[in-house]
Amino acid sequence: MHTLLAAGDASGWQSFLQYCQGGLTVGALFALIALGYTMVYGIIELINFAHGDLFMLGTFMAITVLSVLGINTATAAATGTGLLLAAVALMLVIVPVFCAGLNWTVDRAVYRPLRNAPKLAPLVSAIGVSFFFMNLGLFWNAGVYEAGRPVPAASPRAFPDLVSSANLFPDDLGFRLTGKDALVLAVTIPIMIGLTLFVKYTALGKAMRATAQNPTAARLMGINVDRVIGATFVIGGALGGVASVVYALYINTISYQVGFQMGLYAFTAAVLGGIGNIPGAVLGGLVIGLVRSLGSAYVGETWTSALVFAVLILILVFRPSGLLGARTREKV
Amino acid sequence: MSLRYRAIPWTAVLLALAAAYPLIPALDDQLMRLTGLPIGGRMPKLFIYAILALGLNVVVGYTGLLHLGIGAFFGIGAYITGILTVPAYPFHYSLGTYEFLASLALATLGAATLSVVLSAPVLRLRGDYLALVTLGFGEVVRFALRNLPEITAGTKGLNPVPPPGFPFPAEWNWGGDYRFFYFLTLGILAIVLWLLWNLERSRLGRAWVAIREDELAATCMGVNSAKLKLLAFALGAGLAGLAGCLYAHKQGGTADPDQYGFNTSILALLCLILGGIGNRKGVLLGVLLVVGFDEILSPIMDSYIQRSLGQAGPEYLRFSGWRLAVFGLALILVMRFRPEGILPARRGV
Repeated sequence: MHTLLAAGDASGWQSFLQYCQGGLTVGALFALIALGYTMVYGIIELINFAHGDLFMLGTFMAITVLSVLGINTATAAATGTGLLLAAVALMLVIVPVFCAGLNWTVDRAVYRPLRNAPKLAPLVSAIGVSFFFMNLGLFWNAGVYEAGRPVPAASPRAFPDLVSSANLFPDDLGFRLTGKDALVLAVTIPIMIGLTLFVKYTALGKAMRATAQNPTAARLMGINVDRVIGATFVIGGALGGVASVVYALYINTISYQVGFQMGLYAFTAAVLGGIGNIPGAVLGGLVIGLVRSLGSAYVGETWTSALVFAVLILILVFRPSGLLGARTREKV
Repeated sequence: MSLRYRAIPWTAVLLALAAAYPLIPALDDQLMRLTGLPIGGRMPKLFIYAILALGLNVVVGYTGLLHLGIGAFFGIGAYITGILTVPAYPFHYSLGTYEFLASLALATLGAATLSVVLSAPVLRLRGDYLALVTLGFGEVVRFALRNLPEITAGTKGLNPVPPPGFPFPAEWNWGGDYRFFYFLTLGILAIVLWLLWNLERSRLGRAWVAIREDELAATCMGVNSAKLKLLAFALGAGLAGLAGCLYAHKQGGTADPDQYGFNTSILALLCLILGGIGNRKGVLLGVLLVVGFDEILSPIMDSYIQRSLGQAGPEYLRFSGWRLAVFGLALILVMRFRPEGILPARRGV
């Protein structure tokens, strides 16, 4: 209650802006993950439950890349700028490639044989994949050593703190933007713009839109639908991979259980924006980020997740097509 | 081939075997020596999960609505029981010895009522969205249970739930001998199975199956699909609440709210999918496989591996460490090769 009252005075207004900034930054991350959901849903109407856990595996790939480079929580502070930039760049290449490959493999092995099955069959399979990934993450966590020793597999682990969390602006400005915030924005915004242009102007993007609209007609027009779907999984996975690197650098804690929650946030974002709709996923991600940040500031940290789920339920009940989605009728 | 025309009532055979087990104490002792695990003491949990899974089966199996939040109603049943029976609340004193029966009735009715209230607005949603709403609801309930410590005692849970009183003699030692809970849960499971057996062949049961097979056709034939779906949700949640009530009594408390989250919902769903959606026998088989894996097989294998290694190894050398991978693979493989489960429901007339 006291935080609510504090919002009334001048510094309250400033902290409100600060919460908005934090929310939008995290929201940009949600948006990156949400894009993976929305693209897959748009094209094969599958709620890819495993996407959040793919993201989680990405964070473990990132920490593995770092440990190969010899960077861990102890040496992070002493790492030179050159190595640091190289490490971040390397992670931003390897992790998305890994996630994209994994996502494509899963589609090929698990979802593709179920294309003509009842709609709930791939959904249940996706839950299975999500479980499998979680177990993989658990073992992975046990396999990455910390200071020469294994850590308990189930506990969260610290991710090396590579990016400065010092304010980039002078402090008396009253508005903070840290190096971490800048990293998130510098990575996510160009990717979103690039994706939009890609889907709008390239041949593959056009094929994707055609397949999403009507797979049979697309096939008749000579589009290799299976390849287009595979490409969608690759792009979605790569975006998830980028998100996991940025997330790990931003939050600095990774855990094998984070996928479920982040996945649900991102899925909520995708639904909020109108599932299947790319700008919608971005908008939804930003809104969910704001809801989460303002919710934990003014309602209470413990209620944030419940708040996001409540938003999900309300949207699905009152506006299932989302903010930007077109109203669709169920195909009978 | 004469057996073909007089099918063996497998469910009855299974129940009879389960009922006979504790009558031979030497069997449990021998198994205890062999495995180091009180098998008989673990069984009530299987029976309770069977009731939960049968409840979910009404929604998912009979009516064909994917429900990912049944754990919430399990939890609501447990917490209603907790509120009615723990000494921190006045009901414990006013209900006296009748608190077991009262909690049984109110947990069932409470969960069913809440389910009707919550599912009424979401009935018109299509399959996968409905699944997500139930999931979201399940998580909201879990967070609410955790974040309202004034009512639910937060992560500590409501303790202690006293052992059942009336109609059982007061001198029964529920904690000392596993057989009391064994027979109580088995008896209630048998009653639930009998009710469902009758329900399946009733007008209502057939209408549910009609909705599952083709909702449009069913409505055209005059089936009030909205009303019947609500009924399915109510019955499913009611059975889950009943299971929750028994669970709280068995555990002697509600345990922490995480017991009633997405994991429990998926565990129950896994029992259905593995065993055979819509088929009571299949569900029982699924419970035996899935909950048996967690409650009986894993502890046995874990202690065996630990004994042969001489120490507790890392996660991947622990049998229970592979739990999620095994369940996940099971879901994937069943969906791919046997989408109706090991024992599929009989279709047609």
